[in-house]
Amino acid sequence: MRLLTLALTVALAAPVRVEAQELTLSVAISMKEAVEALGRRFAQARPGVTPRYNFGSSGELQKQIEAGAPVDLFVSAAQRQMEELGQKGLILAGTRRVFARNVLTVVKPGDSTLDIAKPADLLDPRVARIVIGNPRTVPVGQYAEESLRALGLWDRVQPKLVFAENVRQALDYVARGEADAGFVYTTDAATRARNVKEAFRPPEDTYHPVVYPVAVVRDSTHPALAQAFIQLLLDREGQAVLARLGFQPPRASDARLGSGHPRFAPASRTSRE
Amino acid sequence: MTPEALDALVLSVRVAVVATLLNATLGIPLAYLLARRAFRGRAIVDLAVTLPLVLPPTVTGYYLIVLLGRRGWLGQPLYAATGWSVAFTWYAAVIAATVMALPLLVRTARAAIESVDRELEKAAYTLGRSEWRTALEVTLPLARNGIVAGLVLAFARALGEFGATLMLAGNIPGKTTTVPLAIYTAVQTGEMGEALVLVLALTALSCAVLVLAGRLGARAA
Repeated sequence: MRLLTLALTVALAAPVRVEAQELTLSVAISMKEAVEALGRRFAQARPGVTPRYNFGSSGELQKQIEAGAPVDLFVSAAQRQMEELGQKGLILAGTRRVFARNVLTVVKPGDSTLDIAKPADLLDPRVARIVIGNPRTVPVGQYAEESLRALGLWDRVQPKLVFAENVRQALDYVARGEADAGFVYTTDAATRARNVKEAFRPPEDTYHPVVYPVAVVRDSTHPALAQAFIQLLLDREGQAVLARLGFQPPRASDARLGSGHPRFAPASRTSRE
Repeated sequence: MTPEALDALVLSVRVAVVATLLNATLGIPLAYLLARRAFRGRAIVDLAVTLPLVLPPTVTGYYLIVLLGRRGWLGQPLYAATGWSVAFTWYAAVIAATVMALPLLVRTARAAIESVDRELEKAAYTLGRSEWRTALEVTLPLARNGIVAGLVLAFARALGEFGATLMLAGNIPGKTTTVPLAIYTAVQTGEMGEALVLVLALTALSCAVLVLAGRLGARAA
């Protein structure tokens, strides 16, 4: 009996003794590897701190935060989602920073024999299915729609479009050969270099710059820790990891909110407008 | 109701109707064979039909992709021969719904067939009826209530299918977005109003099916 009491005491006391701090990061899934790599360094330098990741499309993560998800830090793949959270007062506006850039690319399956070298090649009837992120929630789909509209191809590729819930799903559809082409970021293409190859890159003046903003969420329980993670993303160590994975550094103009950041027209609601 | 919501509703009903017809075509003979015949591989057929009932729908969806995807065991030769693949079409939604609903029909119908008095079948045989005619004229009519109940369950399951459909058919508005998928998307994008409309529509439809099934059952009895 005494042994049982002792065991119970130890079991009940144990969780209290470890002063664990969990930092929950909602991260645009295209940043997965980069944030995980930096998270390991972050945790190594701070014993007792455990980063927890919630990966998804920026729009999905935004809605979760709006619904009250207990998140400390939000990393978005576009300004739009961050902007909407800012307008609702759900992020600490002063902490918001742009820390990286990315580039849109079109990939095809690694064993594809189709010659897709320029945007107009997407109209080729042999290109039967094109996957983009769902423009309602997925930034890479919003950039793709913007680019296809600017190129005057949107209406004609509509019947071929398949929507993915996030950029990695779009990438996977192409890697599996289910889609003949797909819009992803160059950094995503690099993660599956054995299964997909780049077909062409849409002209960069056809879509708004792909910038990654980060901010501390208003209801964060560890705002100082979250702020420290933002610092890691911005400092030399963080930027080196990002550069190694193919991300570009932010430009001076990215920091100025309201100038040059995406002002999207409302994304289309169906694929058949 | 928005046009997208209406599209989803029409598609859901269409998918569920076709899946139920396929279920009747495949499931009733299968239920009969499982109930009345001992054949090689019977246990395996039984297992394969029942598995979707207990596996997570995403697991079933994965198997369907392995089987029917463009690089799948069946999908690859089909794509090579025709340049067409079933994935991401509304047929994929039908297939997913059919596979997910089949165990409900087969198990219910099989139990009903097994409960038919064998003496009545033997009487039909002694009167010179073939097994085929005995099944059609004696066994299945006597098992009718169970079979109808199974079809209703299958229809309801097909109407509500989500996981396997999402994996094989994707979520393409106007093409493969059934009501459950539309509800999921609406909630994800914060459109709770649209979600509510679809939730109510699906609830009303399911109630109507159950009431109708109750009437049919009462008339049959």
